Amino acid sequence: MPDNGRSPAGAATVTLTIDDREVTVPKGTSLLEAAALQGTALPHYCYHPGLSAPAQCRICLVEVEGAPKLQPSCVTMAQDGQVVKTDSPEALKMRKGVLEFYLVNHPLDCPICDMSGECKLQDYVFAEGREHGRGREPKRVFGRDDFGGDVLYYGDRCVMCTRCVRFMDEVARDSRLTVVERGSRAVIDTFFDEGLEGASFAGNVVDICPVGALVSKDFLHKARAWDLDSTPSVCPGCSQGCNIELHTRDNLVQRLKPRENAEVNGHWMCDFGRANYEGLNRGGRLEAPAAGRGAKRRPAGWDEALGQLFARLQAAAGADVKIVGSAEWSCEGLAALAAVGAETGEVSARVFRSRCAADEDRLPGFPALARRRDLAPNVDGARTLGFSRVGGEDAAGGLEEVAAHDGVLFVLGDDLADQEAAFGEAASLFVYMGAHGSEAAANADFVLPVTTFAEQEGTFVNVQQRVQRFWPGLRAPGEARPAWLVLGALLAALRGGEAAPASAAAAFSWLAGERAAFAGLSYEGLGAEGAPLAAPAGGNGAA
Amino acid sequence: MAYPYRHDREVRVMSEAFGDPAARTLEGWKARGGYQGIARALEIGRAATVDEVKASGLRGRGGAGFPTGVKWSFMPREQNPGRPHYLLCNADESEPGTFKDREIIRWTPHQLVEGCLIGAYAIGAAHCYIYLRGEFFEATGVLAQALEEAYAAGLAGPDVLGSGVQIDLTLHVGAGAYICGEETGLMNSLEGRRGEPRIKPPFPAAAGAFGMPTTINNVETLAAVPGILRHGGEWYRQWGTEKSPGTKLFCVSGHVSRPGNYELPLGFPMMDLIEDVCGGIPGGKALKAVIPGGSSVPIMSADECESCELCYEGVAAAGSMLGCASVIVMDETADIVKQVRRMADFYAHESCGQCTPCREGTAWASRILRRIEEGRGKPDDLDTLLQISDQMTGTTICVLSDSLAAPIVSAIEKFRDEFLALIRRGERVGAA
Ligand SMILES: Cc1cc2nc3c(=O)[nH]c(=O)nc-3n(C[C@H](O)[C@H](O)[C@H](O)COP(=O)(O)O)c2cc1C
Ligand code: SF4
Ligand code: SF4
Ligand code: SF4
Repeated sequence: MPDNGRSPAGAATVTLTIDDREVTVPKGTSLLEAAALQGTALPHYCYHPGLSAPAQCRICLVEVEGAPKLQPSCVTMAQDGQVVKTDSPEALKMRKGVLEFYLVNHPLDCPICDMSGECKLQDYVFAEGREHGRGREPKRVFGRDDFGGDVLYYGDRCVMCTRCVRFMDEVARDSRLTVVERGSRAVIDTFFDEGLEGASFAGNVVDICPVGALVSKDFLHKARAWDLDSTPSVCPGCSQGCNIELHTRDNLVQRLKPRENAEVNGHWMCDFGRANYEGLNRGGRLEAPAAGRGAKRRPAGWDEALGQLFARLQAAAGADVKIVGSAEWSCEGLAALAAVGAETGEVSARVFRSRCAADEDRLPGFPALARRRDLAPNVDGARTLGFSRVGGEDAAGGLEEVAAHDGVLFVLGDDLADQEAAFGEAASLFVYMGAHGSEAAANADFVLPVTTFAEQEGTFVNVQQRVQRFWPGLRAPGEARPAWLVLGALLAALRGGEAAPASAAAAFSWLAGERAAFAGLSYEGLGAEGAPLAAPAGGNGAA
Repeated sequence: MAYPYRHDREVRVMSEAFGDPAARTLEGWKARGGYQGIARALEIGRAATVDEVKASGLRGRGGAGFPTGVKWSFMPREQNPGRPHYLLCNADESEPGTFKDREIIRWTPHQLVEGCLIGAYAIGAAHCYIYLRGEFFEATGVLAQALEEAYAAGLAGPDVLGSGVQIDLTLHVGAGAYICGEETGLMNSLEGRRGEPRIKPPFPAAAGAFGMPTTINNVETLAAVPGILRHGGEWYRQWGTEKSPGTKLFCVSGHVSRPGNYELPLGFPMMDLIEDVCGGIPGGKALKAVIPGGSSVPIMSADECESCELCYEGVAAAGSMLGCASVIVMDETADIVKQVRRMADFYAHESCGQCTPCREGTAWASRILRRIEEGRGKPDDLDTLLQISDQMTGTTICVLSDSLAAPIVSAIEKFRDEFLALIRRGERVGAA
């Protein structure tokens, strides 16, 4: 499954005992990480694997034999022969004590807090805290502060872990947050009036805030955490392909959250991508296949539509074929489209259009991650599969020859929003597959509803030439089907009855057999983190 | 006229010139034997200078009492390229009850300048920062003047006393925060960051100010060094005890007739300090309690003071700590609950707020204590206070947190009845 490249053979290890069980970890592993490897999750607030460790929340304290006091496990390095107790009476007592301190001034407003249900304060107190508070004193009140951008701060919920400050300092390298005042009057604040406004990675502070102190304005009071379903996916915002989770409720994406991938996005994602989910919820979808041009168009069942289309393709054998694909559709769909075109006749154009930004926007503290210029998730997949980019940076134009083509014309996933109603008028056969209808599809002989990536399984190839899987988080509307399923069936029929792929896994293994770049990859093996494409012959593969 | 009060039993090694404006100038200080220590240090060399201070047994006067010569020897022997050494002089003096460093600087600034030069030379530092408490306006002017004189005379700067050794001295005035007196909090503040203590390791000798090998010493510690260099380590040992050699400034405040700074040999009996040197408790009242080492140490009851000797081991044996020898004397009229509450207010105000137990514990404790003081206490409040104190001890980055726990716990243990009386009175009032 996932590559095990993280602990190279021969690297120094240490063996220690945690809670009476031996564990061997690479040298330089903290006790907190060693305990996690061994299956013991120690509570922590200030520690975050993507940030420095200030050891200030004091909730990960453990007993280390020989040490005079409890040690913060996040900064105490594992040593050979060390004996560590995470659950000794002393350690438990102190953790309980620290948890009690956190609640001294906490407003206990869980019922109206967006973090409720995924809050580390709730979790830890539930697991190890006191049953009843002893506080009799009035609580200190800070209230709420608009930090700018998408971020709201509820000072009373803050556990002062400073993750947010350190993210801006160390990862965004754009110090806009700080702790002001000291003692229990300490509070997080912005330096200047604009706060986080205009910072392009600031949304991550909401993710790493372990409690409900930093919340997203966009998500504010939109859904309860326990009502959300989470689906591993890939951000469609640009060719970086940040690993994300789709959080959905009522068959709508409610928010996107980054999903850790050390090779691609670390723990992070950009604000542009995070805000870019509304398209996935767009209504007005194509729901049923239809056949016939213009006024003659009428609904058709899948069997009927595909039967007719197959007949037309056979009849068109040897024709000049032009294909418009999309960098927002999966590799399997694009590859099947290319193969159907090739089975039909001579392919004279295989193109896609996608938007481009003027600049890259790199995350300085994790430079592998940048919001790339290509604002679509599968630009590199489309290129690898032989599609070339046409049109302008606004994803318009560039289809003059295609529009006037008099042979066979396939369009997949391009809404043709900028095209005239006369598009494809001269085509001998025009097949339009998409999520939404288009005025420029009036001349289509077949209009076939296909699913978006959020409604199906499949893969994208990111800018690092990494193949990454995504999973369906939304139910497809009506009769919409994944493009690979529709085109796979046609291809099998065109090739004389070879078995059509019945699953995304089968579609991918077909792809791996068909295209050298994908050779040697298995769908299972890609796992949740993906794997690099095979190096092109003669070139050196991008890592 | 004698500097505010003097006493025959004092041994004024460092403080002889207190109250004498003539000693403030370079000339005046030289006339009193000044700058002979640095001359000797340059003559005998670095290692021998460290050895001399080791031999004296001088212990850090900032509170922890760590042997100064040993601390100096933790520094790398040779300076690694690109890794300059720094000496920091801790002049942030803000421990409640402490007012000795200020007097050293006000009256004998050159004593400190010379101590800094010797210390910097001993640890191979070409730069010493003196971090001065922000509220010390007068001391700032005096010390700045002394530094100017020292530079003008070639005592500080690129070529100390013509030896070719470079030692620069920079005066850095803080903004007034107790926590910036904690050594690593001071380093952060000096670097322009929030004054927040750092986790150790790394220790300052490995990575201190600006990430470089650093030694930090208290003003009084450094002020004791010129005499030791001038006269030798053995000379210093003629006073004090085996484990606590030398003399020490005692800052006495509270219910005594003659409060003030007194320089005494370590090991001096506490009751003699109170009754003889300080003229006893005014109005013939009885002694109730003493805080012997600044607000951060356990409170001692009158009984415990009886045979206590004022040296590191002596006060420890009596159940408290010598700390920075700030002796706060309380007579029978003192309200212990109020005193402890005021301390809690102080620590709650001064906590940097990084560590949860300190940030929340100090503030919570101060609020509970205030409630008790106001007669609204509950019987279980004392258990809560003791548990909070326990949870604040040994669980944080620096010991500010422990420093409040110590007075709370000792006060409740030794003066529980006073707390209970307030709580009961409050209950009666509440019931009525
Ligand atoms: C909260 C706190 C405050 C402190 N404040 C001071 C101070 O104001 N002056 C000082 O010399 N040491 C202070 N210290 C002690 C220093 O951390 C350090 O131990 C001392 O400066 C070392 O010098 P020495 O070895 O010469 O005693 C403080 C320590 C703590 C924990
Ligand atoms: S706002 Fe959140 S991330 Fe920032 S310090 Fe508070 S609890 Fe930590
Ligand atoms: S960098 Fe690209 S892939 Fe990553 S979150 Fe932003 S838009 Fe999405
Ligand atoms: S113990 Fe208190 S003062 Fe010291 S570092 Fe922690 S929070 Fe700051």
